[in-house]
Amino acid sequence: MRILGRDIPIMFALVFWALAWEIVGRAELVFLVPPFSHVLAALAEMVQTGKFQDATLLTFESFALGMGLALLLGIPLGVLMGRVEAAEKLLGTWVNVFVSAPLTALVPVIMILFGLGQTTIVVTVMLFAVWIIVLDTQAGIKHVNPSLLEMARSFGASRLDLYARILLLAALPEILAGVRLGIIRAVKGVVIGQLLVSIIGYGELFELYSRNFLMEQFWALTILLFAFAMLAAELVGWAERKVEFYAGARG
Amino acid sequence: MNTSGATDPVETATKPDGIVQARGISKTYDGGIQALEGIDLGFPKGELTTLLGPSGCGKTTLLKIIAGLLEPSAGTIIVNGRAVTGPGPERAFVFQDFALMPWASVLRNVAFGLELRGVPRRERHGIARSHIAKVGLAGFEERYPHELSGGMRQRVGLARALAVDAEVLLMDEPFSAVDEQTRRKFQEDLLHLIQSENKTFIFVTHSIEEAVYVSDQVVLLTPRPGAVSRVIRTGLDHGGSPEELRRNKRYLDMVEEIWQMLREYLV
Repeated sequence: MRILGRDIPIMFALVFWALAWEIVGRAELVFLVPPFSHVLAALAEMVQTGKFQDATLLTFESFALGMGLALLLGIPLGVLMGRVEAAEKLLGTWVNVFVSAPLTALVPVIMILFGLGQTTIVVTVMLFAVWIIVLDTQAGIKHVNPSLLEMARSFGASRLDLYARILLLAALPEILAGVRLGIIRAVKGVVIGQLLVSIIGYGELFELYSRNFLMEQFWALTILLFAFAMLAAELVGWAERKVEFYAGARG
Repeated sequence: MNTSGATDPVETATKPDGIVQARGISKTYDGGIQALEGIDLGFPKGELTTLLGPSGCGKTTLLKIIAGLLEPSAGTIIVNGRAVTGPGPERAFVFQDFALMPWASVLRNVAFGLELRGVPRRERHGIARSHIAKVGLAGFEERYPHELSGGMRQRVGLARALAVDAEVLLMDEPFSAVDEQTRRKFQEDLLHLIQSENKTFIFVTHSIEEAVYVSDQVVLLTPRPGAVSRVIRTGLDHGGSPEELRRNKRYLDMVEEIWQMLREYLV
Protein backbone atom coordinates (compact mmCIF):
# COMPACT_ATOMS: atom_id res chain seq x y z
CA MET A 1 0.00 0.00 0.00
CA ARG A 2 1.21 3.53 -0.76
CA ILE A 3 0.03 6.74 0.82
CA LEU A 4 1.41 10.11 -0.31
CA GLY A 5 4.12 8.34 -2.25
CA ARG A 6 5.41 6.39 0.73
CA ASP A 7 5.30 2.65 1.20
CA ILE A 8 3.08 1.64 4.05
CA PRO A 9 3.61 -1.84 5.52
CA ILE A 10 0.65 -4.22 5.40
CA MET A 11 0.61 -4.39 9.18
CA PHE A 12 -0.30 -0.71 9.19
CA ALA A 13 -3.92 -1.44 8.32
CA LEU A 14 -4.21 -3.80 11.28
CA VAL A 15 -2.62 -1.30 13.66
CA PHE A 16 -4.77 1.54 12.34
CA TRP A 17 -8.06 -0.26 12.86
CA ALA A 18 -6.97 -1.66 16.19
CA LEU A 19 -6.31 1.92 17.33
CA ALA A 20 -9.65 3.11 15.94
CA TRP A 21 -11.34 0.25 17.80
CA GLU A 22 -9.49 1.20 21.01
CA ILE A 23 -10.63 4.83 20.73
CA VAL A 24 -14.24 3.93 20.04
CA GLY A 25 -14.14 1.48 22.94
CA ARG A 26 -12.62 3.96 25.37
CA ALA A 27 -15.15 6.60 24.39
CA GLU A 28 -17.83 4.11 25.42
CA LEU A 29 -19.90 5.04 22.39
CA VAL A 30 -21.34 1.61 21.80
CA PHE A 31 -21.98 -0.84 24.55
CA LEU A 32 -21.19 -3.77 22.20
CA VAL A 33 -17.64 -2.53 21.56
CA PRO A 34 -15.31 -2.71 24.54
CA PRO A 35 -11.76 -1.30 24.09
CA PHE A 36 -9.50 -3.48 21.97
CA SER A 37 -6.94 -3.81 24.76
CA HIS A 38 -9.63 -5.31 27.00
CA VAL A 39 -10.49 -7.78 24.26
CA LEU A 40 -6.85 -8.80 24.01
CA ALA A 41 -6.66 -9.23 27.77
CA ALA A 42 -9.81 -11.36 27.65
CA LEU A 43 -8.26 -13.41 24.86
CA ALA A 44 -5.12 -14.10 26.88
CA GLU A 45 -7.25 -15.14 29.80
CA MET A 46 -9.68 -17.18 27.73
CA VAL A 47 -7.09 -19.37 26.03
CA GLN A 48 -5.93 -20.56 29.44
CA THR A 49 -9.31 -21.85 30.54
CA GLY A 50 -10.07 -25.56 30.37
CA LYS A 51 -13.40 -24.90 28.71
CA PHE A 52 -11.75 -23.06 25.85
CA GLN A 53 -9.09 -25.72 25.41
CA ASP A 54 -11.68 -28.48 25.32
CA ALA A 55 -13.70 -26.53 22.79
CA THR A 56 -10.59 -26.00 20.64
CA LEU A 57 -9.76 -29.68 20.76
CA LEU A 58 -13.31 -30.58 19.78
CA THR A 59 -13.25 -28.06 16.96
CA PHE A 60 -10.00 -29.31 15.48
CA GLU A 61 -11.08 -32.90 15.85
CA SER A 62 -14.45 -32.30 14.18
CA PHE A 63 -12.79 -30.26 11.47
CA ALA A 64 -10.20 -32.96 10.73
CA LEU A 65 -12.77 -35.76 10.73
CA GLY A 66 -15.25 -33.85 8.57
CA MET A 67 -12.60 -32.71 6.14
CA GLY A 68 -11.14 -36.23 5.96
CA LEU A 69 -14.57 -37.59 5.12
CA ALA A 70 -15.06 -34.88 2.51
CA LEU A 71 -11.78 -35.86 0.83
CA LEU A 72 -12.52 -39.58 1.03
CA LEU A 73 -15.94 -39.13 -0.52
CA GLY A 74 -15.37 -36.09 -2.70
CA ILE A 75 -12.29 -37.07 -4.68
CA PRO A 76 -13.48 -40.57 -5.72
CA LEU A 77 -16.92 -39.16 -6.56
CA GLY A 78 -15.34 -36.40 -8.65
CA VAL A 79 -13.12 -38.91 -10.46
CA LEU A 80 -16.15 -41.13 -11.14
CA MET A 81 -18.13 -38.19 -12.52
CA GLY A 82 -15.16 -37.10 -14.61
CA ARG A 83 -14.77 -40.53 -16.18
CA VAL A 84 -18.28 -41.98 -16.40
CA GLU A 85 -20.83 -39.98 -18.29
CA ALA A 86 -23.77 -41.76 -16.66
CA ALA A 87 -22.48 -40.76 -13.21
CA GLU A 88 -22.11 -37.17 -14.35
CA LYS A 89 -25.64 -37.09 -15.75
CA LEU A 90 -27.06 -38.71 -12.63
CA LEU A 91 -25.24 -36.58 -10.02
CA GLY A 92 -24.07 -33.45 -11.81
CA THR A 93 -27.15 -31.36 -11.21
CA TRP A 94 -27.29 -32.25 -7.54
CA VAL A 95 -23.65 -31.44 -6.92
CA ASN A 96 -24.18 -28.08 -8.60
CA VAL A 97 -27.27 -27.42 -6.48
CA PHE A 98 -25.45 -28.28 -3.27
CA VAL A 99 -22.33 -26.33 -4.12
CA SER A 100 -24.26 -23.07 -4.17
CA ALA A 101 -27.05 -23.92 -1.72
CA PRO A 102 -27.24 -22.26 1.73
CA LEU A 103 -26.33 -25.45 3.54
CA THR A 104 -26.89 -23.87 6.95
CA ALA A 105 -30.58 -24.56 6.36
CA LEU A 106 -29.83 -28.28 6.44
CA VAL A 107 -27.99 -28.28 9.75
CA PRO A 108 -31.22 -28.62 11.83
CA VAL A 109 -32.05 -31.71 9.76
CA ILE A 110 -28.59 -33.11 10.48
CA MET A 111 -29.18 -32.39 14.15
CA ILE A 112 -32.33 -34.46 14.08
CA LEU A 113 -30.53 -37.28 12.31
CA PHE A 114 -27.31 -37.30 14.31
CA GLY A 115 -28.23 -35.71 17.63
CA LEU A 116 -26.88 -32.70 19.47
CA GLY A 117 -23.29 -33.82 19.57
CA GLN A 118 -19.98 -33.97 17.78
CA THR A 119 -21.30 -36.24 15.00
CA THR A 120 -23.57 -33.43 13.81
CA ILE A 121 -20.60 -31.05 13.63
CA VAL A 122 -18.49 -33.58 11.72
CA VAL A 123 -21.31 -34.18 9.24
CA THR A 124 -21.82 -30.42 8.85
CA VAL A 125 -18.14 -29.91 8.09
CA MET A 126 -18.27 -32.71 5.54
CA LEU A 127 -21.43 -31.35 3.95
CA PHE A 128 -19.95 -27.87 3.60
CA ALA A 129 -16.65 -29.03 2.12
CA VAL A 130 -17.47 -32.01 -0.07
CA TRP A 131 -19.32 -30.49 -3.05
CA ILE A 132 -16.67 -28.08 -4.24
CA ILE A 133 -14.11 -30.89 -3.97
CA VAL A 134 -16.31 -33.12 -6.14
CA LEU A 135 -16.83 -30.36 -8.69
CA ASP A 136 -13.18 -29.35 -9.00
CA THR A 137 -11.95 -32.94 -9.10
CA GLN A 138 -14.42 -33.68 -11.87
CA ALA A 139 -13.27 -30.63 -13.83
CA GLY A 140 -9.63 -31.63 -13.38
CA ILE A 141 -10.22 -35.20 -14.53
CA LYS A 142 -12.23 -34.08 -17.54
CA HIS A 143 -9.50 -31.73 -18.68
CA VAL A 144 -6.70 -34.26 -18.58
CA ASN A 145 -5.05 -34.20 -21.99
CA PRO A 146 -6.43 -37.31 -23.78
CA SER A 147 -3.14 -37.87 -25.52
CA LEU A 148 -1.46 -38.40 -22.12
CA LEU A 149 -3.88 -41.28 -21.59
CA GLU A 150 -3.19 -42.63 -25.07
CA MET A 151 0.51 -42.32 -24.38
CA ALA A 152 0.25 -44.34 -21.18
CA ARG A 153 -1.90 -46.98 -22.91
CA SER A 154 0.51 -47.24 -25.81
CA PHE A 155 3.29 -48.07 -23.33
CA GLY A 156 1.17 -50.78 -21.76
CA ALA A 157 -0.42 -49.01 -18.79
CA SER A 158 -3.02 -50.99 -16.85
CA ARG A 159 -6.29 -49.40 -15.70
CA LEU A 160 -4.78 -48.80 -12.29
CA ASP A 161 -1.70 -47.19 -13.86
CA LEU A 162 -3.94 -44.82 -15.80
CA TYR A 163 -5.55 -43.60 -12.59
CA ALA A 164 -2.55 -43.60 -10.28
CA ARG A 165 0.14 -42.42 -12.68
CA ILE A 166 -1.73 -40.16 -15.08
CA LEU A 167 -5.27 -39.07 -14.17
CA LEU A 168 -4.80 -38.14 -10.51
CA LEU A 169 -1.46 -36.44 -11.08
CA ALA A 170 -2.63 -34.54 -14.13
CA ALA A 171 -5.74 -33.36 -12.27
CA LEU A 172 -3.82 -32.53 -9.09
CA PRO A 173 -3.85 -28.73 -9.52
CA GLU A 174 -7.65 -28.66 -9.84
CA ILE A 175 -8.06 -31.17 -7.02
CA LEU A 176 -5.93 -28.99 -4.74
CA ALA A 177 -7.89 -25.89 -5.71
CA GLY A 178 -11.04 -27.80 -4.71
CA VAL A 179 -9.45 -28.86 -1.44
CA ARG A 180 -8.48 -25.27 -0.63
CA LEU A 181 -11.99 -23.99 -1.28
CA GLY A 182 -13.30 -27.02 0.61
CA ILE A 183 -11.19 -26.14 3.66
CA ILE A 184 -12.46 -22.55 3.65
CA ARG A 185 -16.02 -23.87 3.55
CA ALA A 186 -15.24 -26.47 6.20
CA VAL A 187 -14.11 -23.72 8.58
CA LYS A 188 -17.50 -22.10 8.12
CA GLY A 189 -19.12 -25.49 8.61
CA VAL A 190 -17.33 -26.21 11.87
CA VAL A 191 -18.34 -22.83 13.31
CA ILE A 192 -21.91 -22.82 12.05
CA GLY A 193 -22.38 -26.41 13.18
CA GLN A 194 -21.25 -25.54 16.69
CA LEU A 195 -23.29 -22.36 16.81
CA LEU A 196 -26.45 -24.18 15.87
CA VAL A 197 -25.85 -27.13 18.17
CA SER A 198 -24.77 -24.53 20.78
CA ILE A 199 -24.31 -26.88 23.69
CA ILE A 200 -20.77 -28.04 22.90
CA GLY A 201 -17.46 -26.49 21.86
CA TYR A 202 -17.19 -22.92 20.69
CA GLY A 203 -20.94 -22.86 20.19
CA GLU A 204 -21.41 -23.30 23.90
CA LEU A 205 -18.86 -20.54 24.60
CA PHE A 206 -20.50 -18.16 22.14
CA GLU A 207 -23.86 -18.91 23.66
CA LEU A 208 -22.45 -18.26 27.11
CA TYR A 209 -20.71 -15.01 26.18
CA SER A 210 -23.48 -13.43 24.15
CA ARG A 211 -26.25 -14.44 26.53
CA ASN A 212 -24.36 -12.82 29.43
CA PHE A 213 -23.18 -9.84 27.37
CA LEU A 214 -19.52 -10.74 27.94
CA MET A 215 -18.55 -8.75 24.87
CA GLU A 216 -14.79 -8.82 25.56
CA GLN A 217 -14.75 -12.63 25.53
CA PHE A 218 -17.16 -12.71 22.61
CA TRP A 219 -14.89 -10.58 20.45
CA ALA A 220 -11.78 -12.46 21.57
CA LEU A 221 -13.30 -15.73 20.38
CA THR A 222 -14.46 -14.16 17.12
CA ILE A 223 -11.00 -12.79 16.37
CA LEU A 224 -9.47 -16.17 17.09
CA LEU A 225 -11.85 -17.98 14.75
CA PHE A 226 -11.30 -15.47 11.95
CA ALA A 227 -7.55 -15.83 12.36
CA PHE A 228 -7.84 -19.60 12.30
CA ALA A 229 -9.89 -19.51 9.08
CA MET A 230 -7.34 -17.25 7.40
CA LEU A 231 -4.44 -19.36 8.55
CA ALA A 232 -6.05 -22.54 7.22
CA ALA A 233 -6.67 -20.95 3.80
CA GLU A 234 -3.12 -19.57 3.70
CA LEU A 235 -1.63 -22.98 4.50
CA VAL A 236 -3.44 -24.64 1.62
CA GLY A 237 -2.59 -21.73 -0.67
CA TRP A 238 1.06 -22.27 0.19
CA ALA A 239 0.81 -26.00 -0.59
CA GLU A 240 -0.94 -25.12 -3.82
CA ARG A 241 1.84 -22.79 -4.94
CA LYS A 242 4.28 -25.66 -4.51
CA VAL A 243 2.60 -27.57 -7.34
CA GLU A 244 1.90 -24.47 -9.40
CA PHE A 245 5.18 -24.82 -11.25
CA TYR A 246 3.67 -27.43 -13.46
CA ALA A 247 0.05 -26.36 -13.22
CA GLY A 248 0.91 -23.28 -15.26
CA ALA A 249 2.97 -25.21 -17.73
CA ARG A 250 0.44 -27.82 -18.77
CA GLY A 251 -0.89 -28.36 -22.22
CA MET B 1 20.78 -45.08 -57.45
CA ASN B 2 20.80 -41.76 -55.67
CA THR B 3 21.48 -39.75 -58.77
CA SER B 4 19.69 -41.91 -61.31
CA GLY B 5 17.46 -39.03 -62.29
CA ALA B 6 14.54 -41.29 -63.12
CA THR B 7 11.30 -39.41 -63.21
CA ASP B 8 8.94 -42.31 -62.79
CA PRO B 9 8.43 -43.38 -59.23
CA VAL B 10 8.74 -47.10 -58.94
CA GLU B 11 5.35 -48.41 -58.08
CA THR B 12 4.68 -51.73 -56.47
CA ALA B 13 1.47 -53.61 -56.00
CA THR B 14 0.15 -53.16 -52.47
CA LYS B 15 1.06 -56.64 -51.41
CA PRO B 16 0.54 -57.12 -47.70
CA ASP B 17 3.80 -58.49 -46.45
CA GLY B 18 6.35 -57.07 -44.06
CA ILE B 19 6.69 -56.88 -40.32
CA VAL B 20 3.45 -54.91 -40.02
CA GLN B 21 0.48 -55.74 -42.23
CA ALA B 22 -2.90 -54.10 -42.53
CA ARG B 23 -5.55 -56.45 -43.85
CA GLY B 24 -8.87 -55.02 -44.93
CA ILE B 25 -8.86 -52.27 -42.31
CA SER B 26 -12.01 -50.13 -42.22
CA LYS B 27 -13.02 -47.68 -39.56
CA THR B 28 -16.37 -46.05 -39.06
CA TYR B 29 -16.71 -43.71 -36.10
CA ASP B 30 -19.74 -43.72 -33.82
CA GLY B 31 -21.25 -40.72 -35.55
CA GLY B 32 -21.36 -42.70 -38.80
CA ILE B 33 -18.33 -40.98 -40.32
CA GLN B 34 -16.27 -43.45 -42.29
CA ALA B 35 -12.59 -42.67 -41.85
CA LEU B 36 -10.96 -45.64 -43.55
CA GLU B 37 -12.08 -48.18 -46.11
CA GLY B 38 -10.47 -51.47 -47.04
CA ILE B 39 -6.83 -50.67 -46.31
CA ASP B 40 -4.42 -53.41 -47.36
CA LEU B 41 -0.81 -52.52 -46.75
CA GLY B 42 2.54 -54.04 -45.93
CA PHE B 43 5.27 -52.24 -44.01
CA PRO B 44 8.69 -53.73 -44.80
CA LYS B 45 11.05 -54.42 -41.91
CA GLY B 46 13.80 -51.89 -41.34
CA GLU B 47 12.24 -49.31 -43.67
CA LEU B 48 10.42 -46.06 -43.18
CA THR B 49 6.95 -45.94 -44.65
CA THR B 50 5.05 -42.66 -44.73
CA LEU B 51 1.29 -42.34 -44.73
CA LEU B 52 0.59 -39.22 -46.75
CA GLY B 53 -2.65 -37.58 -47.69
CA PRO B 54 -4.87 -34.53 -47.33
CA SER B 55 -6.26 -33.56 -43.93
CA GLY B 56 -9.04 -35.83 -42.80
CA CYS B 57 -7.92 -38.80 -44.88
CA GLY B 58 -7.62 -40.92 -41.75
CA LYS B 59 -3.84 -41.32 -41.69
CA THR B 60 -3.63 -40.73 -37.95
CA THR B 61 -6.61 -43.06 -37.46
CA LEU B 62 -4.76 -45.79 -39.34
CA LEU B 63 -1.61 -45.20 -37.28
CA LYS B 64 -3.59 -45.42 -34.03
CA ILE B 65 -5.24 -48.63 -35.21
CA ILE B 66 -1.78 -50.07 -35.90
CA ALA B 67 -0.75 -48.92 -32.42
CA GLY B 68 -3.73 -50.75 -30.92
CA LEU B 69 -5.09 -47.50 -29.48
CA LEU B 70 -8.17 -47.62 -31.71
CA GLU B 71 -10.14 -50.67 -32.78
CA PRO B 72 -10.86 -51.08 -36.47
CA SER B 73 -14.49 -51.63 -37.50
CA ALA B 74 -13.27 -54.38 -39.84
CA GLY B 75 -9.98 -56.01 -40.70
CA THR B 76 -6.87 -57.00 -38.80
CA ILE B 77 -3.43 -55.63 -38.10
CA ILE B 78 -0.71 -58.25 -38.09
CA VAL B 79 2.61 -57.51 -36.38
CA ASN B 80 5.31 -60.17 -36.56
CA GLY B 81 2.70 -62.67 -37.73
CA ARG B 82 0.33 -62.06 -34.81
CA ALA B 83 -2.95 -60.20 -34.81
CA VAL B 84 -3.02 -56.98 -32.80
CA THR B 85 -5.61 -56.72 -30.04
CA GLY B 86 -4.18 -53.67 -28.27
CA PRO B 87 -0.93 -51.86 -27.61
CA GLY B 88 2.12 -54.10 -27.36
CA PRO B 89 5.78 -53.89 -26.40
CA GLU B 90 6.95 -54.36 -29.99
CA ARG B 91 5.37 -51.02 -30.98
CA ALA B 92 6.13 -47.55 -29.60
CA PHE B 93 4.31 -44.32 -30.41
CA VAL B 94 5.60 -40.79 -30.87
CA PHE B 95 2.84 -38.23 -30.41
CA GLN B 96 2.11 -35.12 -32.40
CA ASP B 97 1.63 -33.05 -29.23
CA PHE B 98 4.57 -34.82 -27.50
CA ALA B 99 2.31 -36.14 -24.67
CA LEU B 100 4.90 -35.52 -21.97
CA MET B 101 3.93 -35.63 -18.32
CA PRO B 102 4.37 -32.03 -17.14
CA TRP B 103 4.95 -33.10 -13.55
CA ALA B 104 7.84 -35.41 -14.39
CA SER B 105 11.45 -34.63 -15.28
CA VAL B 106 12.87 -35.46 -18.70
CA LEU B 107 14.52 -38.51 -17.16
CA ARG B 108 11.28 -39.82 -15.72
CA ASN B 109 9.36 -39.10 -18.90
CA VAL B 110 11.85 -41.02 -21.01
CA ALA B 111 11.90 -43.90 -18.53
CA PHE B 112 8.09 -44.00 -18.28
CA GLY B 113 7.59 -46.90 -20.70
CA LEU B 114 10.13 -48.94 -18.74
CA GLU B 115 8.57 -47.84 -15.43
CA LEU B 116 5.22 -49.24 -16.59
CA ARG B 117 6.96 -52.51 -17.42
CA GLY B 118 8.37 -52.72 -13.92
CA VAL B 119 12.03 -52.26 -14.85
CA PRO B 120 13.94 -51.39 -11.64
CA ARG B 121 14.63 -47.72 -11.12
CA ARG B 122 18.41 -47.79 -11.46
CA GLU B 123 18.28 -49.87 -14.62
CA ARG B 124 15.57 -47.85 -16.36
CA HIS B 125 17.28 -44.57 -15.52
CA GLY B 126 20.50 -45.90 -17.02
CA ILE B 127 18.71 -46.86 -20.24
CA ALA B 128 16.85 -43.54 -20.31
CA ARG B 129 20.07 -41.55 -19.87
CA SER B 130 21.69 -43.23 -22.85
CA HIS B 131 18.68 -42.48 -25.06
CA ILE B 132 18.49 -38.89 -23.83
CA ALA B 133 22.11 -38.53 -24.92
CA LYS B 134 21.31 -40.20 -28.24
CA VAL B 135 18.68 -37.58 -29.12
CA GLY B 136 21.07 -34.79 -28.13
CA LEU B 137 19.58 -33.81 -24.78
CA ALA B 138 22.40 -34.84 -22.43
CA GLY B 139 22.46 -32.45 -19.49
CA PHE B 140 18.68 -31.88 -19.57
CA GLU B 141 17.76 -35.01 -17.57
CA GLU B 142 16.48 -33.14 -14.54
CA ARG B 143 14.62 -30.43 -16.47
CA TYR B 144 10.85 -30.31 -16.77
CA PRO B 145 8.96 -30.26 -20.09
CA HIS B 146 7.83 -26.64 -19.76
CA GLU B 147 11.47 -25.58 -19.56
CA LEU B 148 12.14 -27.05 -23.02
CA SER B 149 11.42 -25.78 -26.54
CA GLY B 150 8.97 -27.62 -28.80
CA GLY B 151 11.78 -29.31 -30.68
CA MET B 152 13.43 -30.47 -27.47
CA ARG B 153 10.12 -31.80 -26.14
CA GLN B 154 9.68 -33.91 -29.23
CA ARG B 155 13.20 -35.26 -28.75
CA VAL B 156 12.08 -36.36 -25.30
CA GLY B 157 9.08 -38.07 -26.91
CA LEU B 158 11.38 -39.80 -29.35
CA ALA B 159 13.81 -40.88 -26.62
CA ARG B 160 10.88 -42.32 -24.67
CA ALA B 161 9.81 -44.38 -27.69
CA LEU B 162 13.40 -45.56 -28.29
CA ALA B 163 13.93 -46.45 -24.63
CA VAL B 164 11.45 -49.35 -24.73
CA ASP B 165 13.39 -50.81 -27.67
CA ALA B 166 10.33 -51.56 -29.79
CA GLU B 167 10.84 -52.96 -33.26
CA VAL B 168 8.24 -50.67 -34.78
CA LEU B 169 8.15 -46.92 -34.20
CA LEU B 170 4.88 -45.17 -34.99
CA MET B 171 5.24 -41.43 -35.46
CA ASP B 172 2.19 -39.20 -35.74
CA GLU B 173 3.22 -35.95 -37.45
CA PRO B 174 6.08 -35.69 -34.97
CA PHE B 175 7.52 -32.51 -36.46
CA SER B 176 4.34 -30.59 -37.15
CA ALA B 177 4.43 -28.68 -33.87
CA VAL B 178 8.04 -27.48 -34.19
CA ASP B 179 9.47 -24.60 -36.20
CA GLU B 180 10.91 -24.98 -39.70
CA GLN B 181 14.63 -24.99 -38.84
CA THR B 182 14.14 -27.45 -36.01
CA ARG B 183 12.06 -29.53 -38.34
CA ARG B 184 14.82 -29.82 -40.94
CA LYS B 185 17.42 -30.72 -38.35
CA PHE B 186 14.98 -33.23 -36.93
CA GLN B 187 14.43 -34.87 -40.31
CA GLU B 188 18.18 -35.23 -40.78
CA ASP B 189 18.56 -36.73 -37.32
CA LEU B 190 15.72 -39.11 -38.08
CA LEU B 191 17.57 -40.40 -41.13
CA HIS B 192 20.64 -41.07 -38.99
CA LEU B 193 18.45 -42.85 -36.52
CA ILE B 194 16.96 -45.11 -39.18
CA GLN B 195 20.44 -46.02 -40.40
CA SER B 196 21.70 -46.84 -36.92
CA GLU B 197 18.67 -48.39 -35.24
CA ASN B 198 17.44 -50.91 -37.78
CA LYS B 199 13.86 -50.40 -36.71
CA THR B 200 10.72 -50.21 -38.77
CA PHE B 201 9.23 -46.72 -38.88
CA ILE B 202 5.69 -45.78 -39.80
CA PHE B 203 5.35 -42.09 -40.18
CA VAL B 204 2.35 -39.82 -40.69
CA THR B 205 2.76 -36.42 -42.29
CA HIS B 206 0.95 -34.00 -44.55
CA SER B 207 4.19 -32.60 -45.94
CA ILE B 208 5.14 -34.05 -49.33
CA GLU B 209 8.77 -32.88 -49.03
CA GLU B 210 9.09 -34.46 -45.63
CA ALA B 211 7.51 -37.70 -46.82
CA VAL B 212 9.85 -38.10 -49.80
CA TYR B 213 12.87 -36.91 -47.85
CA VAL B 214 12.67 -39.46 -45.07
CA SER B 215 10.85 -42.42 -46.64
CA ASP B 216 11.69 -45.62 -48.39
CA GLN B 217 8.03 -46.04 -49.23
CA VAL B 218 5.22 -43.46 -49.45
CA VAL B 219 1.58 -44.49 -49.16
CA LEU B 220 -0.85 -42.01 -50.69
CA LEU B 221 -4.29 -42.04 -49.12
CA THR B 222 -7.47 -40.67 -50.71
CA PRO B 223 -9.72 -38.22 -48.84
CA ARG B 224 -12.44 -39.52 -46.55
CA PRO B 225 -13.03 -42.36 -46.48
CA GLY B 226 -9.29 -42.96 -46.61
CA ALA B 227 -8.25 -45.71 -49.00
CA VAL B 228 -4.88 -46.55 -50.48
CA SER B 229 -4.42 -44.53 -53.64
CA ARG B 230 -0.86 -45.56 -54.45
CA VAL B 231 2.24 -46.99 -52.90
CA ILE B 232 5.43 -45.39 -54.14
CA ARG B 233 8.97 -46.64 -53.57
CA THR B 234 11.19 -43.59 -53.37
CA GLY B 235 14.36 -45.51 -54.18
CA LEU B 236 16.42 -42.69 -52.68
CA ASP B 237 19.70 -43.27 -50.91
CA HIS B 238 19.18 -41.82 -47.45
CA GLY B 239 22.71 -42.56 -46.37
CA GLY B 240 24.26 -39.61 -48.23
CA SER B 241 24.54 -36.01 -47.12
CA PRO B 242 21.29 -34.11 -46.51
CA GLU B 243 22.32 -31.33 -48.90
CA GLU B 244 22.87 -33.83 -51.67
CA LEU B 245 19.53 -35.44 -51.07
CA ARG B 246 17.62 -32.16 -51.01
CA ARG B 247 19.13 -31.20 -54.39
CA ASN B 248 18.73 -34.67 -55.88
CA LYS B 249 16.70 -34.47 -59.08
CA ARG B 250 14.86 -37.68 -58.35
CA TYR B 251 13.84 -36.26 -54.97
CA LEU B 252 12.60 -33.03 -56.53
CA ASP B 253 10.75 -34.79 -59.34
CA MET B 254 9.09 -37.15 -56.95
CA VAL B 255 7.86 -34.30 -54.77
CA GLU B 256 6.37 -32.68 -57.87
CA GLU B 257 4.82 -35.91 -59.04
CA ILE B 258 3.16 -36.64 -55.73
CA TRP B 259 1.89 -33.08 -55.62
CA GLN B 260 0.25 -33.61 -59.01
CA MET B 261 -1.40 -36.79 -57.72
CA LEU B 262 -2.65 -35.22 -54.51
CA ARG B 263 -3.80 -32.12 -56.30
CA GLU B 264 -6.76 -33.89 -57.87
CA TYR B 265 -8.15 -34.57 -54.39
CA LEU B 266 -8.22 -30.90 -53.50
CA VAL B 267 -11.35 -28.99 -54.26
